[in-house]
Amino acid sequence: MELPILEAPLPKWVVIPIGQCLGLDARAIVRPGQRVRTGEPIAQADSGSGTDPGPKLHASISGEVIAVYDNLVQGTTASRERCVIIRSDGQDEPWPEYKNLGDPLQMDANRICTLIAEGGIVGLGGALFSTATKLQTSSQIRMLILNGAECEPYITCDEMLLRERAERVVRGAQIMMQAVGAPQTVIAIESDMPEARVAIYDALEASGDDRINVSVITAKYPAGGERQVIQLVMGEEVPEDALPSDIGYVCHNVATAAAVAEFFDAGRPLITRIVTVTGGGIEHARNVDVRIGTIMADLFRAIGGYHEVPSHLIMGGPMMGICLPSDELPVTKATNCLIIMQARELSPPRQEMPCIRCGECNQVCPAQLLPQELLTASKCNDMAALDALGLNACIECGCCDYVCPSYIPLTAQFVSTKMEFRAHESELQRASQARQRYEARESRLQQQQAERDHELQKQVDAVSNADAIDAVMERIKSRDKPA
Amino acid sequence: MIFASGIAPHLRAQITVPVMMRQVIYSLLPGIAAYIWFFGIGVALNCLIAAAVVMLTEAIALRLRRRPVKLFLFDYSAIVTAILLALCLPVLTPWWVTASGAFFAIAIAKHLYGGLGFNVFNPAMAGYVAILVSFPEYMTHWTAPNIGDIDYQPLAAVATLQYIFMGVLPDGLTIDAISRATPLDTVKTELGMMLTIGEIRANPLFGDFGGRGWEWINGAYALGGFWLLFRGIIRWHVPVAVIGGLLLMAGGGYIIDSATHPGAGFHIFSGGALLCAFFIATDPVTCTTTNTGRLIYGAGIGVLIYVIRNWGSYADGVAFAVLLMNMTVPLIDRYTRPKVYGRSPTKKQQPTHG
Repeated sequence: MELPILEAPLPKWVVIPIGQCLGLDARAIVRPGQRVRTGEPIAQADSGSGTDPGPKLHASISGEVIAVYDNLVQGTTASRERCVIIRSDGQDEPWPEYKNLGDPLQMDANRICTLIAEGGIVGLGGALFSTATKLQTSSQIRMLILNGAECEPYITCDEMLLRERAERVVRGAQIMMQAVGAPQTVIAIESDMPEARVAIYDALEASGDDRINVSVITAKYPAGGERQVIQLVMGEEVPEDALPSDIGYVCHNVATAAAVAEFFDAGRPLITRIVTVTGGGIEHARNVDVRIGTIMADLFRAIGGYHEVPSHLIMGGPMMGICLPSDELPVTKATNCLIIMQARELSPPRQEMPCIRCGECNQVCPAQLLPQELLTASKCNDMAALDALGLNACIECGCCDYVCPSYIPLTAQFVSTKMEFRAHESELQRASQARQRYEARESRLQQQQAERDHELQKQVDAVSNADAIDAVMERIKSRDKPA
Repeated sequence: MIFASGIAPHLRAQITVPVMMRQVIYSLLPGIAAYIWFFGIGVALNCLIAAAVVMLTEAIALRLRRRPVKLFLFDYSAIVTAILLALCLPVLTPWWVTASGAFFAIAIAKHLYGGLGFNVFNPAMAGYVAILVSFPEYMTHWTAPNIGDIDYQPLAAVATLQYIFMGVLPDGLTIDAISRATPLDTVKTELGMMLTIGEIRANPLFGDFGGRGWEWINGAYALGGFWLLFRGIIRWHVPVAVIGGLLLMAGGGYIIDSATHPGAGFHIFSGGALLCAFFIATDPVTCTTTNTGRLIYGAGIGVLIYVIRNWGSYADGVAFAVLLMNMTVPLIDRYTRPKVYGRSPTKKQQPTHG
């Protein structure tokens, strides 16, 4: 895909799902009929905690809010979510408030993080996790890792970003280092991106910042996974129950870094993203800079339309992407890639056969798991075995499915088992809490009993004390005596 | 526009079970061809008999077990079993002996354990051992290779056919008259008669490495094995470990006393050693699944082949070595689990009761 990034034409209308702010409690702060400008906040995550306000969501075009209502958005099943619909006035008039935010390199970390949330910046690798939250770690960070390895085959949006906007990534790295207090940054790129490597070296030279380095990693799926990229770049594994920040690393996507730079330098919050549009079902495969909320069908039409009659529309990559039921869905901040497939391009469905223990799945598992043993354990619902085999380390990359000669849907099985596993673990936790409560109550009762016994014993002791009895008798006698 | 649904991953490698099994069959063809070249058409006949019986048995077993017959019948795994079994048999094996072995392999060793993927023992080897212990006299009727300067008159194709199907030999011939000891047999017997390896190998039956003819057949098996490695159907661990184990033992014996030990080359190029290394021990179902496990499993087979050949009462030890190591697979699997990403090495081998 050698075509440069295309700036998509201004959409006539956009549908922006509010759930992107993360959190079900996000609410719209605009009303139907209201006029908004490009970059104006339209929704706010209402997290309720003052320190971490949660990212905002902004109008990606200027125009009139025509509705705030529940619309279909993409998900594994078609689900409904509250959306803000804006009709363009064709002006693309920018909202002025974010101009002149000041020099981020002079700000303190908290200020930068607050602004990053204000700018609606979330992880653009697809996870949509709040960038500000991830930067506000209490751990001492040794290294900021910018992940330029593509999530999956077919996807080239990060590579094209590095090729065309490397200086923005470098600038973002500087701001993020300031925000997280990291002394160094390494930008991980894949070995099959020579142009990106040249571009990033040029940008580094221009910036003169010697705290930032480049690490070239082997282009082998799933190298772009966060834990995998840390392993490949730093040679360290993130412990199973820990976050990367616990071992001194924080990892962000290069596109996220570029978005940070763009917000501080150009005053533009996250209202566009680069989407790879590819597959045999599209006339011209290329990367497009798209306004969030653009309807996919409009996007495809803008770049030349479908080729023949495609059968599948996949959001994400071919390994982990989900099939979308319709192209009448909006592009979101998570939409890194749209693959339009002809039926003949996809692997034909085949009947599942029993596992023949060929072990190819262990060979390819990036978490060094034994999928064939996990499969047996998960079919038996053997939670102890699942724990021992490390089910939670599964990153659901689909590599085991890819190589399985028996066409066993391993990843799908693991995803559902993981949910059960989590439910089981929380149940165990509840049970253990109940037991602790019970034991605490028992010991409390025992202690009370012991105290009562002690008191009683004291009284008995007192009673059995002969002198005391005599004294009491004396008192009674003296009282009974007529005065 | 409406699109079809599907679950991730949307792309898959195109190596399926039937593809794997077909590749194994193709890779056996050079070995079969060499075998036929030196020992006559009886080899092909044994393969066909075994193949017919396994297909029939498999179909009936699948039907009885209410499994999809077409799906499993044409995964070709039964054909692989049949060929591996047939290649272990003497050329002059009566049809019903071959058929019994094939039946045992599929009905008992495979389907009674749950069919494809669930059998603990290599079906071909279980079938072979079943007939070896049931009809021992028929399993010794080996013949000499059809090479000009070896003083041996092989049976004609028609006579071979008549013997295999009807048990009759041309007038004036007895089975003892036409059967010959294999090189492995010869070494075993003549060492027992206090001959030295040098004297034994003067026999025209012996070639540069193993027996004449046999070394070519084994070479052809290795050729097929390299194809499987190249195609990624098998990985190197098992073949290297089997050959390595055998090499270590046989080489050690040779170094200690070359007068009574025929050396590693002879052991590797004789009998079923290379067939085992590339085709039998690599059977995924009955093999371990981890790389370390496969090295242990393969080396165990290699060592056991030598132990049985050298100290056991059988001339070749492939079948017993494989079956013995099959038993150790669950244990090896459990103790060679790789360390899970992000887990400390101490938690690695927590035993489970699953």
